[in-house]
Amino acid sequence: MADKNVSMREALRSALMEEMERDESVFVMGEEVGAWQGTHRITAGFLEKFGEKRVRDTPISEMVIAGAAVGAAMAGLRPVAEIMTINFAFLSFDAIVNAAAKVHYMFNGQFKVPLVIRAASGWGNQATATHSHTPEPVFAHFPGLYVGCPSNAHDAKGMLKAAIRDDNPVLFTESIALYPKASPVPDEEYLIPIGKSDVKREGKDVTLVSYARGVEWSLDAAKQLASEGIEAEVVDLRWLRPLDLEPVFESFKRTNHCVVVEESLPHFSFGSEIAAQLQEAAFDYMDAPIKRVSAMDVPLPYAHDIELMALPNAQKVVNAVKEVLK
Amino acid sequence: MATNTIAPDKEKLLDWYHQIVLIRQFENACDDLYKQKRITGVYLHLYSGLEATGVGSVAALGKNDNVITAYRDHGIAIARGVDPKLVMAEMMGKRTGTSGGKGGSMHIAERDLNFWGGYAIVAGHLPLAAGIALKEKYVGSENVVLCLMGDGSTNNGYFHESLNLSAVWDLPVVWLIENNLVGMGTRVETSSGQPDLVKRAIAYGMEEGPRVDGQDVIAVHQAVSEAVEYARKHGPILMETLTYRYKGHGVSDKQYDVREGFKEELDEWHHKDPITILANYLKANFGDIQPELDQIQQEADKTVAEAIAFAESSPNPTYEDLISNVYV
Repeated sequence: MADKNVSMREALRSALMEEMERDESVFVMGEEVGAWQGTHRITAGFLEKFGEKRVRDTPISEMVIAGAAVGAAMAGLRPVAEIMTINFAFLSFDAIVNAAAKVHYMFNGQFKVPLVIRAASGWGNQATATHSHTPEPVFAHFPGLYVGCPSNAHDAKGMLKAAIRDDNPVLFTESIALYPKASPVPDEEYLIPIGKSDVKREGKDVTLVSYARGVEWSLDAAKQLASEGIEAEVVDLRWLRPLDLEPVFESFKRTNHCVVVEESLPHFSFGSEIAAQLQEAAFDYMDAPIKRVSAMDVPLPYAHDIELMALPNAQKVVNAVKEVLK
Repeated sequence: MATNTIAPDKEKLLDWYHQIVLIRQFENACDDLYKQKRITGVYLHLYSGLEATGVGSVAALGKNDNVITAYRDHGIAIARGVDPKLVMAEMMGKRTGTSGGKGGSMHIAERDLNFWGGYAIVAGHLPLAAGIALKEKYVGSENVVLCLMGDGSTNNGYFHESLNLSAVWDLPVVWLIENNLVGMGTRVETSSGQPDLVKRAIAYGMEEGPRVDGQDVIAVHQAVSEAVEYARKHGPILMETLTYRYKGHGVSDKQYDVREGFKEELDEWHHKDPITILANYLKANFGDIQPELDQIQQEADKTVAEAIAFAESSPNPTYEDLISNVYV
């Protein structure tokens, strides 16, 4: 069957719908997931199709949305809890970090937490300081939790389905900017295993390491660089936990140059972690310092011009590549 | 609420007496063992004084019902039937403990008994209780969740969000506040705008259950049994027991016994001791029962001694244990 061009929004919606059709214990809960049809319309039509039992509108109560989902998962259901945007997940932080990520370990395996917490993530629409977070690396800090961050529609579908079927808790973030972007998605079912990264473009001169929206900037930058005779390899990590760095090491040993591209902040970041692990694993192959392209180390402002100034983009990636290849 | 008072029979009362005495002796032993550095760590929250609440409430549950609590959990574990040997082994961080030595005093659980564990972030277990109750409702069972919490659990967001959600979704939860008058070192009337804690139910449109004498196991059992039946049929209910913490907040609490008025207050509560109250009831109703009570005391001492011996002779966890069960 031919692949269809599908938006990431639609791919996520069909992933969730297929899993709910497949398994009665899968249900969704969150703010406005039902009657409103989902803030980001991932659950559009779900209430009509599955009913109130499995499509559960909640109060604006992020602590208990996450915490009750943990309890329901421990008891044997497979909740997919939606936190409207990741900005609100700071209110859920304790339930995610101290409950979801800990109960399996701290009771020595007596309980499993087959839970997915979905949250929209990202910035760029003048949403201002408190609504412009991309804290995926913060959550990826904690053992016991998986963190998935797809970069396109195809990956989003296969990754979400794998997350729902896994017996561990998964924080699954979806870049708001990617929701409308389309890519080819097969008709037949497929899963993308948890903790498997993907080389999105091959190249011999420099390794670009990224995830989620940063992959788009990396690919755009690679296109521009190619027109100038520089071939960039783009590795999409897909999951911040478990982190699959083998393809990065393998690539770096050939290109000897690396730029890490991230949507989030630079301090104690994804980029810091990749740079640290890379120098430990492949120091002898390093021809130049590893460079990071991140958001600027400021809270995000409202005014659009200075907001954009603070954010990464493809041009900044191009500039960073030229610097490391100098 | 329906009231159908059934006086518990002698056998049941002696069983409760045994549980209360066992928990008291177990906690006394833990206190001693900690002072002797045979139990280590910084956290050990003793249930001494609160035994009637734990024993009476857990006894109101069926075996398919669920119970979850906070970090003051040893007594609840024992009341639910967890082997004291395994509880003591967990205190000592042994491989044979309920959590393989990885949970410690605050994280005892026994999945097979639907005892969902003790949790150490204050009120952090309340949303879990709601979630477990949601599962029961989702699968159409009649099982309920008993969620015990201290009075100190009633003032952070988890309390509000969890009780409200349970009301909105009609979840079968008995929210039971073990009001021992003080959260760590802060009195209820200092920390709560409405110190009559059970009245919080009104704010959620939830059934306001009773505030009962938490030292009288018969009264607790009766009230919680009614609450459990209510929750089974109709949804959540909030209730409260008035009780008292004989020991400090935790073993590292050096303040409690020098607090102004503490000695007088403790003395007053010792007159309402769960063991004395139940012993007096038994004597008044069943004649010369002292030999049986003495026998129970000896059995409890023996059980605790065996638990200590078992724990101390158990192996420590290994490197493999350290790295196992991070993920499924």
